[in-house]
Amino acid sequence: MVTNENSPDQARFTKTRFGRRTELTERIAKTVFFLMSVAMIVPLVAIISYLVIRAWPSLSLEFVLDVPRKGMTQGGIWPAFVGTVYLVFISLAVSAPIGVMAAVYLNEYAKDNWLNRTINLAVINLAGVPSIVHALFGLGAFVYAARFGYSILSASLTLAIMTLPVIIASTREALASVPMSFREACWNVGATRWQTIRSIVLPNSISGILTGVILQVSRAAGETAPIMFTGAVFFKSIERGDLFAYNLNEQCMALSMHLYTVTTQVPKVEESIPYATAVVLLGSVLVVNATAIAFRVWLRARKKW
Amino acid sequence: MSSSPTRKQRQRPRRALWAVAGETLLEWIIRLSGISAIIFVLAIFVFVFREAAPVLTNEEFNLVEFFTSIAWYPTSAQNVRYGTLALIAGTFSVTALAMALAVPFGLGGAIYISEFCRPRTREVLKIVIELLAAVPSVVWGFIGLTVMSRLLVEYGGAPVGVNMLNGAIILALMAVPIIVSIGEDALKAVPDSFREAGIAMGASRWQLIYRVLLPAAKNGLLAAVLLGIGRAVGETMAVLMATGHAVQIPHGILDPIRTLTANVAAELGEAPAGSPHYRVLFMTGVLLFTITFVVNLTADFVIRGVKRK
Amino acid sequence: MPDEKIEVRNLKLSYGPREVLHGISFDVYENEIFAVIGPAQSGKTSLLRCMNRTIDFVANARVSGTIKVDGQNVRKIGHSFFKRLAGKRPPRFSDVFELRRAVGMVAPLPVGLPLSIYDNVAFAPRASGLTRRADLDAIVEKCLRQAALWDEVKERLHSLGTKLSGGQQQRLTIARALSHQPEVLCLDEFSIAIDPVTTMRIEDVLKELRKEITIILVTNLTQQARRLADRTMFLWNGEIVELDSNEVIFSDSPKDRKTYEYVNGIFG
Repeated sequence: MVTNENSPDQARFTKTRFGRRTELTERIAKTVFFLMSVAMIVPLVAIISYLVIRAWPSLSLEFVLDVPRKGMTQGGIWPAFVGTVYLVFISLAVSAPIGVMAAVYLNEYAKDNWLNRTINLAVINLAGVPSIVHALFGLGAFVYAARFGYSILSASLTLAIMTLPVIIASTREALASVPMSFREACWNVGATRWQTIRSIVLPNSISGILTGVILQVSRAAGETAPIMFTGAVFFKSIERGDLFAYNLNEQCMALSMHLYTVTTQVPKVEESIPYATAVVLLGSVLVVNATAIAFRVWLRARKKW
Repeated sequence: MSSSPTRKQRQRPRRALWAVAGETLLEWIIRLSGISAIIFVLAIFVFVFREAAPVLTNEEFNLVEFFTSIAWYPTSAQNVRYGTLALIAGTFSVTALAMALAVPFGLGGAIYISEFCRPRTREVLKIVIELLAAVPSVVWGFIGLTVMSRLLVEYGGAPVGVNMLNGAIILALMAVPIIVSIGEDALKAVPDSFREAGIAMGASRWQLIYRVLLPAAKNGLLAAVLLGIGRAVGETMAVLMATGHAVQIPHGILDPIRTLTANVAAELGEAPAGSPHYRVLFMTGVLLFTITFVVNLTADFVIRGVKRK
Repeated sequence: MPDEKIEVRNLKLSYGPREVLHGISFDVYENEIFAVIGPAQSGKTSLLRCMNRTIDFVANARVSGTIKVDGQNVRKIGHSFFKRLAGKRPPRFSDVFELRRAVGMVAPLPVGLPLSIYDNVAFAPRASGLTRRADLDAIVEKCLRQAALWDEVKERLHSLGTKLSGGQQQRLTIARALSHQPEVLCLDEFSIAIDPVTTMRIEDVLKELRKEITIILVTNLTQQARRLADRTMFLWNGEIVELDSNEVIFSDSPKDRKTYEYVNGIFG
């Protein structure tokens, strides 16, 4: 017997050369894929920190609350901030109910026929329409054809149609996560489809639906192209800190648009202002997103089945 | 006869008529909302085309020239030319370069998340990717314009910072989250029995991925790439700010270019409503709509192919 | 001669191109326990789904033939909304939901709805328009008692129904099926997910219930059919092999050789 005294098991299962090579490739593969994932995180962190550092001189609550001064070269971003809030909430007030109902239709009512297959294709395509085409549509349909003019209303409706397909998709996913057996149990005791939806399906998917809608808040807030030609302006003078400054039929400023303007259109802007605008925009978007994600994680923990 | 006296008279509670009527009404509203998606897609096409259509009969406009000429002089006084070839070339070259950067990272990330990392890391990575996807395109454009252009001039030796490479890097960063999340879904859809069978036959994880998972998930991964392309083609603000403003066929990756989308965004504000220039821009919109329509339909068919299997 | 509660005539059912029921006819009498036995895939569950019209939810199902409950063809039940609006007397079952409340159904796997135990049982009465708290309380207690669950849960009626054990959830499912006062109760292999002790308790419950309602018991345990049923139908590949009283089916000489072999475990 020539086995190793200390570890007989190891002796019997020595690695062949082939085995060692596989192990090596595996380790290399794992490292490469890991680095690829890191390559996605590093830019995010690096860029955000760079932006924050450059924006630091201007960043303060005052910057958010103040109005732009001296031809937008100084001052704050209040009109743009309020404008974005208006656009986001009005657009979601339109798209969330339609989107949720459309998803309920597709997930709960629709049979597999040509009409519903067409609807599915339409949703997919609506999600893929470039934002600038939405802008052209908003301009042609709402500004001119419907005679809403360049206004918050036109811009919000354009944004609403843009966010609709994503709300439909996320709501459907939430609805589909409710097990089919619950619905069957309800139908078996003589509940109508709507009673089933109202008392079982919606209460158990509302968290997922809300998460999807909240995520759209951040998407709508960041969009620029669709509002650029339908209702957002370079500059609009409102009072500092005034929350009710805009009317539906007026144009407004918007954060995303403002960032574009101060970076590319306005000469001699105080250096940190574009950075600060970007940080406020990015910050609000990420905070909303993180809230939605935290909400989702929290709700997943207290699932009822 | 043992007929029980209660049999025919047994009274069950019945819902009130108004409740039944209200419910029926609500269900019709829900059906209508369901159909709204079709209405909106049609409306987008109709309204964009309606604004564009009159230019088709304009003698200065030529549909062949629209697709094949690189001369884009929409505001010239004597020689108005509406050729979008340079813009189309700009769109496709920047998209191709962006995909060349994004696809390896996107698929690599998807494979890492789905096959290699521990559940906790996976959760964290997925959240990071979601946040990455949430960064607004105008912020990406701003980053391209300020951060990336400076880096390219200093380390890349580019004469101008805003150019095709800059736009492509930005587009790649925007497309990666889509490719990762859809690619990960595709890999997750491969049944575990495939993995178990592979492991049982002594395959290492790398062999398993290369020989089993990638072939099995190839349609889903292809769809992920297609959707990434769709997003890159349709992206407006980021390329508007990061690619420079030269309407030309690029000769190298450091040339500034202009894409179809950026062109509309840059010029629509200056084109008077109803002018031929304005209508040609809408025609570009029709073209863009068609391109993304085809890309998305293809992606959908590819995905559906997966589900049928 | 007992009354027919359900009359099935020449019932055919196909899923797409595949026919699963090939024109079967039989009667179920009032206040009997009617067992349906047969191997898997012989169309037992599909038959039940035809009776309470939950077959409507299967996209590619096609039904022909008639099923009458109390003389009314269930396949012809509409909504009778305009009839009621005009003040006329609606038919016995004014809509399909009323039919489903009259023909209760217990699925093979227990399903506790993600509601409280109380709401689980009160769900169906509420769906039928009952809102008075006292009525609901009474129904909940009665049904939970009938399903032999009351004593175990009376202290925690407002905790989640999904957190009960499997056997308790199955009894909760039965309580829910009783809550809308069915005239026919269909049980589809109710015992496959629960232990023998609970099964025996539920069987006792069924023997009690049979005084008030008609019970259709689909099972692949032939012994269960023998213990409980008055009559038993042997369904095989979508056709009735034999339908007779238990004395005949479970004797040494049923009319069909296949019945004998199936009942005694020689095939199936």
